[in-house]
Amino acid sequence: MRELRRLKQALLEVFEGRGYGEVATPAIEYDEVMAQGDGRAARSSYRFFDESGELLGLRSDMTVPIARLVASRFADAEPPFRLCYLASAYRAVRPQSGQLREFEQAGVELIGASPAEGTVEVIEVLEAALDAAGLGRAVIGLGDADLYRQLLEELGVEGEARDAVLASLAAHDLVGLEQGLSEAGIGAERVETCVALTQLRGGSEVLERARGLGGAAVERAIARIGETYEELQRRGAAERVQIDLGLLRDLGYYSGAILEVYDPALGHVLGGGGRYDGLMKRFGLGLSAAGFGLYLGRVHTAQMEEQGRGGS
Amino acid sequence: MSALKIAVPRGALFGETLDVLEGAGIDTAELRGGSRSLIFETSGVTLVTVRPSDVPTYVEAGAADAGITGKDVLLEQSDRVVYELLDLRYGRCRMVLAARTGNDRLAEAQRRLGTMRIATKYPRIAERYFESTGRQVELVEVKGSVELAPLVGLGEGIVDLVATGRTLEENGLEVREEILECTARFVANRVSHKLRAAEIDELTAKLREASRR
Repeated sequence: MRELRRLKQALLEVFEGRGYGEVATPAIEYDEVMAQGDGRAARSSYRFFDESGELLGLRSDMTVPIARLVASRFADAEPPFRLCYLASAYRAVRPQSGQLREFEQAGVELIGASPAEGTVEVIEVLEAALDAAGLGRAVIGLGDADLYRQLLEELGVEGEARDAVLASLAAHDLVGLEQGLSEAGIGAERVETCVALTQLRGGSEVLERARGLGGAAVERAIARIGETYEELQRRGAAERVQIDLGLLRDLGYYSGAILEVYDPALGHVLGGGGRYDGLMKRFGLGLSAAGFGLYLGRVHTAQMEEQGRGGS
Repeated sequence: MSALKIAVPRGALFGETLDVLEGAGIDTAELRGGSRSLIFETSGVTLVTVRPSDVPTYVEAGAADAGITGKDVLLEQSDRVVYELLDLRYGRCRMVLAARTGNDRLAEAQRRLGTMRIATKYPRIAERYFESTGRQVELVEVKGSVELAPLVGLGEGIVDLVATGRTLEENGLEVREEILECTARFVANRVSHKLRAAEIDELTAKLREASRR
């Protein structure tokens, strides 16, 4: 517990040092509110009724509750809003897998900053947080949430075929992806470029290689990622950022930049985030927003592994 | 950085897996020698030999960076998060619904009871299949020799993997429905795929070439 408490403290110090104020929201939300954030993925796994028959649920992440909080309480205040949290969230688990229904997350939300700058700032805070946790080797994947939606539109893949392809992409099942695209009537050559696209990850050279694969959707995604990456380079913060065109977050509220965090000492993703401009609009506030959340338990495990590695 | 760890399935896929690894430039002579060892350092990689159904477990946890196993295993454990990178095209077999040859107890149970009892080692694949075809079944999970079940009255049919169909035939069973086709797949851990991108990509390319020969 002592190490975990220190880790939490270190993370909060980083967040507060950069002007992010800690907020707390109730673990229980109206189901309607959660559904408003994301009809499917962010919906609570644990739902129940209150005394007057209203449907309630345990929150599945902090982004939706904070979006609701900002929209309802800060609507008249001057943006940007810098908020951070260290809180429990609740998700369905695979039985007997050791996954926990209740897990702690630490993260920030930056609401109302201009899109590119906001993303860059959030990445910088994330880097500082990873350093504070002693994860100097951790890498941040930077991708684009709109790439495949737009690409499939461009290719004319719709309806069930589109859902199947997106499911393969989300599971990173390349065999299924190839099959799904072929069955949707896409030519062999185009299928091959789509599959190759998902395997592009690395430094700025990745953007050049992606451009070679062509298409308007790819071009637009490259422009968006490129803008963020160049700004990171200018600020000397690009070194541990890996551009990744295969990235796809399963939460439907992301748009534009998406993030994922890895450490070589752990086989699981440490956390993620990205832009969610559309989510704020759903709560009646037309502000662009970005943030990240780290799974505290996994960061804690990675920290132990990294320290053990230093000692051996 | 440590050598890339690859989980190799013992059992039916073992021989062809070694052939395709050999084709990708990895020396597998030591594994062929009937050694009882489970870990082999060879050609700059570490090969760990495990049961095919354990491959997703090792790879998901990052205990192995990558691995090879059958699509049947991946489908049965579809909640395990691994990246499926390549169809290796060998180990081809079919998941089928089979019942006793020339015996209509399967259809009879379906008609009179509205349900069938099916023995299988693949309860999730079976469940999904019957659900998608709108039939109610009672699944009986067994760990081995599924062919025995309908012969002694443990259910009217089986869902099982068939390569040549000889085992079915020898036990007086026949294929009634084809569910899906399975081959060996190359899978990778999600984090290794990102952080050891160059090594994984190179191995994937070599395996692709070796498996297409």
